Amino acid sequence: MQRHLLAAGLLTIATPALAETPVLTVLTYDSFTSEWGPGPAIEAAFEATCACDLRFVPAGDGAALLARVQLEGAASDADVVLGLDTSLTAAASATQLFAPHGKTASTNLPVDFADPNFLPFDWGWFAFVHDKTKLPEPPKSFEALAASDLKIVIQDPRSSTPGLGLLMWVKAAYGDRAPEIWQGLADNIVTVTPGWSEAYGLFLEGEADMVLSYTTSPAYHLIAESDDTKGAALFDEGHYMQIEVAGKLASSDQPDLADQFLDFMLTEAFQSVIPQTNWMYPAVTPASGLPEGFDAFRPAKSLLLAPAQAQAARDAALAEWQAALAR
Amino acid sequence: MASRARPLNLIAPALAALLLALVLAPLAAVGWRGAGLSLGPADWAAVRFSITQALLSAVFSTALAIPVARALARRRFPGRTLLITLMGAPFLLPAVVAVLGLLAVFGRSGLLNQALIALGLPPISIYGLHGVVLAHVFLNLPLATRMILQGWLSIPSERIRLAQSLGFGPSETFRHLEGPMLREVLPGVVLVILVICLTSFAVVLTLGGGPSATTIELAIYQAVRFEFDLSRAAGLAGVQLAVGSLAALAAWLVTSPAGFGAGLGRELNLSAPEGWRRAGDIAALSAVALFLSLPLGAVLLRGLPGLSDLPAVVLPAAGRSVLVALASSSIATTAALTLALAAARRPQMLLGAAATLPLATSGLVLGTGLFLLIQPFATPMTLALPVTILVNVALSLPYLYRILLPEARAVHSDYGRLADSLAIQGWSRLRWLILPRLARPLGFGAGIAAALSMGDLGVIALFAGERQATLPLVVSQLTGAYRMEAAASAALILVTLSFALFWACDAGGRRAAA
Repeated sequence: MQRHLLAAGLLTIATPALAETPVLTVLTYDSFTSEWGPGPAIEAAFEATCACDLRFVPAGDGAALLARVQLEGAASDADVVLGLDTSLTAAASATQLFAPHGKTASTNLPVDFADPNFLPFDWGWFAFVHDKTKLPEPPKSFEALAASDLKIVIQDPRSSTPGLGLLMWVKAAYGDRAPEIWQGLADNIVTVTPGWSEAYGLFLEGEADMVLSYTTSPAYHLIAESDDTKGAALFDEGHYMQIEVAGKLASSDQPDLADQFLDFMLTEAFQSVIPQTNWMYPAVTPASGLPEGFDAFRPAKSLLLAPAQAQAARDAALAEWQAALAR
Repeated sequence: MASRARPLNLIAPALAALLLALVLAPLAAVGWRGAGLSLGPADWAAVRFSITQALLSAVFSTALAIPVARALARRRFPGRTLLITLMGAPFLLPAVVAVLGLLAVFGRSGLLNQALIALGLPPISIYGLHGVVLAHVFLNLPLATRMILQGWLSIPSERIRLAQSLGFGPSETFRHLEGPMLREVLPGVVLVILVICLTSFAVVLTLGGGPSATTIELAIYQAVRFEFDLSRAAGLAGVQLAVGSLAALAAWLVTSPAGFGAGLGRELNLSAPEGWRRAGDIAALSAVALFLSLPLGAVLLRGLPGLSDLPAVVLPAAGRSVLVALASSSIATTAALTLALAAARRPQMLLGAAATLPLATSGLVLGTGLFLLIQPFATPMTLALPVTILVNVALSLPYLYRILLPEARAVHSDYGRLADSLAIQGWSRLRWLILPRLARPLGFGAGIAAALSMGDLGVIALFAGERQATLPLVVSQLTGAYRMEAAASAALILVTLSFALFWACDAGGRRAAA
């Protein structure tokens, strides 16, 4: 009797589970899933077409994402990982946890980008952001910045992706001269913060004249706060890019749905949400164009190390950075 | 008699073993996933810097807290209770909020530099080792003051009156009463602060000024996040634990019980010397009030404008945080009381180590290890809140233990034999002897534990799913999305709630003791 009861109990639990719509789990960074991030609008739009339940799982900041994927390994419940950037894709591919997407995407990226495992969904240029009212004539290069007595806040390349981006920027622009540039910048650096938000917070509090952020940061202040005082300094040597990508996990139990999501990612419904929630350039420019302020600071030249190259250069660049700044 | 004490004798070591397992098992799980152990010269530099800044921070916080605690113990003035309560606040601030508050006073465009420039003096920079120590003193001086003040209040008033009738001057009072009390209390205070500062991460990096200010915790971040080198992370976390254990051993060796004997628990009436000593007390109290209230005021001012326009997630997140805090605090208080009572009966290294090591553990390694341990059995996300509570219990227990231990010892040595001979054991002993005598430190400790659990960001970030975010996580998400004003307001709510919880427990304890 008891056994029958148990079986009946299990059946009642199992039946709704069988009838449930398929679940697509997307592992991403915190700010993507938040109420003010792109997550909610994208979830609604995808669920309207896929007859599925799209679940975003936040995994900390961008740098924590790959560690989380490795931590979960092949046992992961996730189907898609969204939010790695090109300085991490080489390491991500090396884990062999990702499956090739087999697609050719047509995007509006200013550089050529093709990766068998990853598709881009947005991108931006790193730049030093400043207050135009306090600093009307920002420096036009790293060398001019180093020669000035302007104070800057940067992020630590060992704990944050923008920090790593700056390391790669100097490396891509100056190659073997990078240590010299860092030595020149040493007396301009007020401090090095663990992440982007601490650095940006210090800048807004007036602790520094400039902060390492993105060319699209002033657009946030313009659109969300009607504040036109922020600018991004354009450097002659070009600006390093951050391309954010998504990939399908080889262990996914919903590979078709994951493919469908990656296709959806480059459609209007997804891309048009990006500019004013993630404050980055969408990989495919929406038909309605870009919002106000996104064209205000466009570098003439884009810099980007290929993922394998970035991976290979990282350790040496980090050592140079540490040596130059450890006074 | 020995037989009657048995249950406590078994429960406490079991608790201690559980606590040690909670610290060591995740470390082993992380180490297991890696292979080999290699720490480079940069890692050892981080170890050296971590120890240097932690030692300096602990020594300065404690040394500066002594005159403040003495002034609070022997002076009565309007606002004294408020000042003592305010002492709880800085300790409860999330690191990033505390740093921004300090920068409003000591930063490049802060109050101090504006005043210096107005006076035609050169501005000062807060960034560097001195800034790190300053921030740690701001965060920990109040805790040290409260712990030392507790020591002063535990001197039986009978001894004070005897000293007064013998005509003791300040130096004799110090030699016979205050000195022995400090010898009992100070090692624990220095230890707790040293170990907290050892694992400090965001404060050190933000105010340290550059890569020369690299701590072990940052090296662990790098190892886990960018290199996924778990063996290096485990190795670094092991070194951090070893340093913490050595500090605990040293503190255990130099602590000596003050042995004042029992009193009737009348209100303490310390003599309050006049003249320069009075001026000194006033200076110490004013300085500390100013030092604490200016950055706190800045936090308040930054948070006010955005309060009307808070995102909807803040409210449920605040509710979850309060629940986590209440659960963690009640479990931690019960556990710490058990450990402290057992340690008071018979000093044991095991108890002391188990009640200190959780502080020295790396939050990231603890979280990562628990994740690895849980993942084969359950989806970590579904256990986000229970795991957070468990970790908060482990992390707040060391404070509670240090706060309870001196008074638990005093109760045992003063009333233990009387209670034994009257056969007051078990529940009635707890109800009629221990809880009344320990009400004050229990309330203070429970408040600290609740507030710490409110502000903790450690493991929730690794475990939380979409619908489990706690308030600190929401604050960090807001700052990550340009919404600094909303973040400041959410942080203000966080601080206010932590402070309210702390105040309720602390005031409750003091009322029960009175």
